[in-house]
Amino acid sequence: MSALLNRLAPLYAAFIYAFIYLPVGVLVLFSFQGGRFPILPFNGPSLKWYREVLADEDLVEAMINSLFVAVGSSAVAVILGFLAAYGLARYLLPARGLQRALLTAPLTVSYLVIGLGLLMLFNQLGVPRSLLTIGIGHVVLNAPLCFAILYSQMGDHQANAERAARDLGAGEWQLLCLVSVPMLAPSILASYLLSMTFSWDEFIVAFLLSRFDVTLPVEIFSMLRSGLNPKTNAAGSLVFLLTLGAVILAELFIFRRATRRGRA
Amino acid sequence: MRPTRSVSGRGWRYVSPLLLFTIFFFFVPFVFIVIMSTWSRVDGAILRTWNLDNYIAFFTTPHLRVALWNSVSITATVTVVSVLLAYPFAWFIAMRVPTRWQRLALVLAIVPFWTSYVVRSYAWLLVLAKNGMLNKTLMALHLVDAPLEIAATRIATVTGFVHFFVMLLTLTIYANLRQLSPNYARAAADLGAGPVAIFRHVILPLSLPGIVVGAFLTFVLCIGDYITPQILGGGNELVLPQVIMLQIGRRADFPTAASLSVILMCVVTLAYLASARWLKLERA
Amino acid sequence: MTARIGIESVSHRFGTFAALEHIDLSIEAGRFAVLLGPSGCGKTTLLSILGGFLVPSEGRVTLDGVDVTRQQPAKRATTTMFQDYALFPHMTLADNIGFGPRMRGADRMERHRRADEMLTLVGLEGMQSRKPHELSGGQRQRVALARALAVEPDVLLLDEPLGALDLNLRRQMQDELKAIQRRVGTTFVHVTHDQEEAMAIADEIVVMNAGKVEHAGSPESIYLAPKTLFAAGFMGEANTVFATVVGRDADTLQIDSPLGALSLPMSAATGGAVSAGQRVGLCFRPEHVSVNVSLPANSLPLRTRLADHAFFGTHHRARLVCDDTLEFIAHLPQEATPVSGETINVGILRSAIVVLPVPA
Repeated sequence: MSALLNRLAPLYAAFIYAFIYLPVGVLVLFSFQGGRFPILPFNGPSLKWYREVLADEDLVEAMINSLFVAVGSSAVAVILGFLAAYGLARYLLPARGLQRALLTAPLTVSYLVIGLGLLMLFNQLGVPRSLLTIGIGHVVLNAPLCFAILYSQMGDHQANAERAARDLGAGEWQLLCLVSVPMLAPSILASYLLSMTFSWDEFIVAFLLSRFDVTLPVEIFSMLRSGLNPKTNAAGSLVFLLTLGAVILAELFIFRRATRRGRA
Repeated sequence: MRPTRSVSGRGWRYVSPLLLFTIFFFFVPFVFIVIMSTWSRVDGAILRTWNLDNYIAFFTTPHLRVALWNSVSITATVTVVSVLLAYPFAWFIAMRVPTRWQRLALVLAIVPFWTSYVVRSYAWLLVLAKNGMLNKTLMALHLVDAPLEIAATRIATVTGFVHFFVMLLTLTIYANLRQLSPNYARAAADLGAGPVAIFRHVILPLSLPGIVVGAFLTFVLCIGDYITPQILGGGNELVLPQVIMLQIGRRADFPTAASLSVILMCVVTLAYLASARWLKLERA
Repeated sequence: MTARIGIESVSHRFGTFAALEHIDLSIEAGRFAVLLGPSGCGKTTLLSILGGFLVPSEGRVTLDGVDVTRQQPAKRATTTMFQDYALFPHMTLADNIGFGPRMRGADRMERHRRADEMLTLVGLEGMQSRKPHELSGGQRQRVALARALAVEPDVLLLDEPLGALDLNLRRQMQDELKAIQRRVGTTFVHVTHDQEEAMAIADEIVVMNAGKVEHAGSPESIYLAPKTLFAAGFMGEANTVFATVVGRDADTLQIDSPLGALSLPMSAATGGAVSAGQRVGLCFRPEHVSVNVSLPANSLPLRTRLADHAFFGTHHRARLVCDDTLEFIAHLPQEATPVSGETINVGILRSAIVVLPVPA
């Protein structure tokens, strides 16, 4: 009985992997489609759709907008999250539990509802929709996550090092810059990259809070109006390969080096 | 975590930026939504009527109730199917794959989800379309005579959702299985249990927390999602998020959109309470 | 129930690492045996082999003469008490203990009866519906014992079960384990690195080192007549003075040592025969060094200087130096008033000295 299980299990896993890779495989395959439609038959590899993507100004602009919003909003999210985590972890403030609950509350609400609320707020205030409003929306989504991650990292080990530094005469600012932040650097970086990933790919808030300047997911969504088109494949594949490349680079250069230094 | 300093004045300096930001850009809009749900849109303008008309309208308007029902039933189906598919997969990685390859196995399972969410739903459209990959393959293998109409149906929506949530559930179930001591299974075997008994009496009950947490996340993310049903579902059966977006986009009917959002949040809160209570029971 | 354990020429390798080398042991039914040794000596590996969790690279394991080497743990008449207890956290104590009987087909009434019986045996009656996380460490350990005994195994294997307990609780549990073993009659094999624990509970101690058995025997025989230098040193404190055998006849050994020229009976060579010219270690315990004014007749007199000392309650542990070359530990009586640097005349009890070969 367990011999049968042992033989079936890897087959099942292979089936699941195939299921997981199916859409991505089809996406990348037909991005190289020679013909007009991203369906069988496959007419020889061609780069023409990639050329069209890179030539499409709207698409390239949307990509740059996405990058802008991701880099900017994630930076704000990490800074706000770090400061709040630091304050709550190190200082005796009233109702700490309640404050923590308030700061992580956005994690429990659907993005659609958050986006709708912000849309109504900006309408009321007369603030026009723009990359700025999208950025604010993404900070609302990502800051609680950064806060939660960094708060969980501020343990005793960290506290002891800070106490030792204060004992040796470090002032508040020096403590932050020379001890706290460097020690937490891997987590700070991880939070930043996680926020960037979420922001880069986020649709609904960006859709609701943008008007003329749009982000990449919103632009791709409007491309879908024109039906099945290998150009969309190429755009999607390009984004995928970029993300893959960025993660591999991060893993190789940032995290490997960090662990090596940490071990010393 | 014990605070190490007691000078609370300085503490406020650190916390207040995020606190104020969250209050202004999250709680205020939240309150706004609740308030807006009690107003009405009449003849192109929004009147501050302060009543529960929108909610009454929800319960009396068939197509709105149906939208909620669609959301809940699709989400329930997705949750059940994803758990059933993910568990054996997570079990395989946690129990059968050598330890040093496990991280790689997980990463390989996650990589395809670094495509944009919008793009991934579109890719499923390619696979499930009438002249797409699936149909062409089934016809070539002579399993069907005519192409199946899957794209633009509920099945396509469920497939698109399951694709993502199988990955999510694999992660939560794997994490749970990994931190089980191998001695549990050994002790059970020692006392005479065969592999099936070990799974039924020891492994499965102890991995329920991972399933419940994953199922809860699946429920919350799935029921509030707009993209997958919009791209894959066709226009016939709408889910609640789609109806909400319709109110905003076409008609700028914020009061109705707001009331529907409140209803959505209530459903999510119910799910949260149910799973939190279950997890607390488990711990006790 | 109970059974005699036979271990015949068992060896086990992990890759190129030899964890056990040619272990030959026999443990009589109903005995409380302790596998004693430092970490890495192979005692846990041997326990896993006895339990059926490992199949040895070579050799046989028998229970009452029946070869069980390849038998799975589920079918084998042994149960193991794991170091982390491995109590099923989601089951009540009654269900935990009743798990084994359940696997053997016992119905609910029978299971509950057995669980009640076992809980009373380990002193936890009335706690049937508690869950493991509500119990203290000592209580959990008793439940693990109850669960293992509920299936009436022939052999109970215990993997360092008392390690997580504090000293007083540990002593109490040692007594209880011994009492339960006497009552139930099952053969117990208990793994530990604590020689005091071994002496407190064992009928028979197996001292192991680097995959081999150094000495298997009663606590008295290992303490007073150890077979190897390692066994001598591992069981309590031992002083070792290195010497050379210069001659031997029918019943005496002539030895040249830093203590002088000695003539010891052949029976002092507890580690096997020694030949002329062989390097040996002379071992004696600190309590065999006496400081009475009139020394017993059968003692080797020495003039020593007291280097340092510490009070241990029942005695003073003193480090004595002889001729600035030879150092050894002695126990001075409780009422003594040692002063560092003073000269002390001592006598080493001749009959307590054992002659052990020095390993190559």
